[in-house]
Amino acid sequence: MFGIDVRQKAWSAGLIVLFFVAWELFCLMTGMSDLVLPRPSQVFVTLFQRFPVLWPHIVQTLATTMFGFVLGVALGVALGAVIGVSKTAYDTCYPLLIGFSSIPKVAVVPIFVLWFGSGTVPAVLTALSICFFPIVVNIATGLATTEPELEDVLKALGASKFDILWNVGLPRTMPFFFASLKVAISYAFVGAVLSETVASNRGIGNVMMTASSNFNVPLVFAGLFVLAGLGVALYAVFSLIEGRVTGWATRKNDVIAT
Amino acid sequence: MRMQPNAQFDRQPVPDGFGPIAIQLSEAAVTFGRGDRAVSALSKTTLRIADGEFVALVGPSGCGKSTILRLVSGLVQPTSGVVIVGGREVAARAMRVGMAFQNPTMLPWMTIERNIMLPLKIVEPFRSNFRKLRKTEFRDKANALLEQVGLKGFGNHYPWQLSGGMLQRANLCRALIHEPRMLLLDEPFGALDQFTREELWTILQNLWMTRKPTVLLVTHDLREAGFLASRICVMSARPGRILDDSRVEFARPRTVAMTFEPDFVALNQKLRAFIEDARSAAEQGAG
Repeated sequence: MFGIDVRQKAWSAGLIVLFFVAWELFCLMTGMSDLVLPRPSQVFVTLFQRFPVLWPHIVQTLATTMFGFVLGVALGVALGAVIGVSKTAYDTCYPLLIGFSSIPKVAVVPIFVLWFGSGTVPAVLTALSICFFPIVVNIATGLATTEPELEDVLKALGASKFDILWNVGLPRTMPFFFASLKVAISYAFVGAVLSETVASNRGIGNVMMTASSNFNVPLVFAGLFVLAGLGVALYAVFSLIEGRVTGWATRKNDVIAT
Repeated sequence: MRMQPNAQFDRQPVPDGFGPIAIQLSEAAVTFGRGDRAVSALSKTTLRIADGEFVALVGPSGCGKSTILRLVSGLVQPTSGVVIVGGREVAARAMRVGMAFQNPTMLPWMTIERNIMLPLKIVEPFRSNFRKLRKTEFRDKANALLEQVGLKGFGNHYPWQLSGGMLQRANLCRALIHEPRMLLLDEPFGALDQFTREELWTILQNLWMTRKPTVLLVTHDLREAGFLASRICVMSARPGRILDDSRVEFARPRTVAMTFEPDFVALNQKLRAFIEDARSAAEQGAG
């Protein structure tokens, strides 16, 4: 007897396989040129053959993503904590934050390049600036929604603001935080690749740009597959950590004692 | 504005069987907001509560009962007048009291046991020993309290595994774990069904009789007030002030059956009349 979980995973895997089979059949039946849409089998072959060449670029993209992500998380948590704890800071900072987050990050990359030259630095900064906002919003929301009654109970005991933040505010923000991490890691990835595409001579984004200007379409798709794979892998890692740390928030469906 | 404790109050006799004055409000008033938007939550109120007394505050909703609790706990500062708790004026830093509200607010990521131990993590002298004793002495303390309220063996459960009545018992344990001399209860049983409520009255009465803390209970339930309190203060509609202050002399331990006896019903009727008057006076004032 399979558990719900195993069956669910089997369906997910099945759907992915089905997607590639359908794609392959579609290309074969319509006689699609591989300059327009290569078959998945071609893409996988290219990916396999070119992997030694792709590997340093994968490492580069992954490194810039993670670096930008870590910086973004650190900054986001700090700012989120400040505006979550203080109503004044919340009201003061919010318009500026919304304004900042509304700017399409593709428009910011040239500015970063102008300031820091092309390459790694603008990629890290783009990743940072794009993944930072969801973290700020989620941390601030989590902190701002702490039950006032519970705060009163602790304040009446003489608890300091820090006591309350440490014992109540931060732990209850964890589900919000990890939800935002999953979003942020994908964003950081998009940011890094975006910047590499515009201004870099390394990274998956750059490989795809070069390949498309050489009409090496299977290699472009190989790059896409790598990006998708990395994205799923990073998401899975943070889901796993989330489950470990904030299991209490999702356990409500278990059997309830009476 | 700092004032010396009023000599006139110190000379006043303390009710029989109770300790020295524990809580003293001298013409304390609270206004929220300023200027045209100012809302008076409590008009000049004078109230003295002796150490070990069990005082119930009853009155129409929004009359400032909770404001008195918040004054005593130091969560709100009086706009005018003085509040003295345990011989000291309530200053910026709050006094060590136990509080429980209608909503039990147990932290969902902690077991019941750890939730109950939360005050020990905050309050001295427990705080400095918390890491050392949380697995031994403090845990035993929490479990002893749990046993007293009939929750033996539930220490390792999570809050979502418990019913509302059980959570409210745990809430009482959390309010008592740091052995406060003062217990402030804001409609702690308001959200419970009648039977659970009556059961918890008995538990609270037992806790009070064994530990004798000073209790200030805000409630809408006149039977609850009569069952638990040694003294009942009736408040007027907003801005509140105390209309009536009477002692409840029924022998302890009191039973639920007692609340249907003529003497008790008469007390209830009397309180009811006061609150009716306060409500109609407020309506005329508003009209």
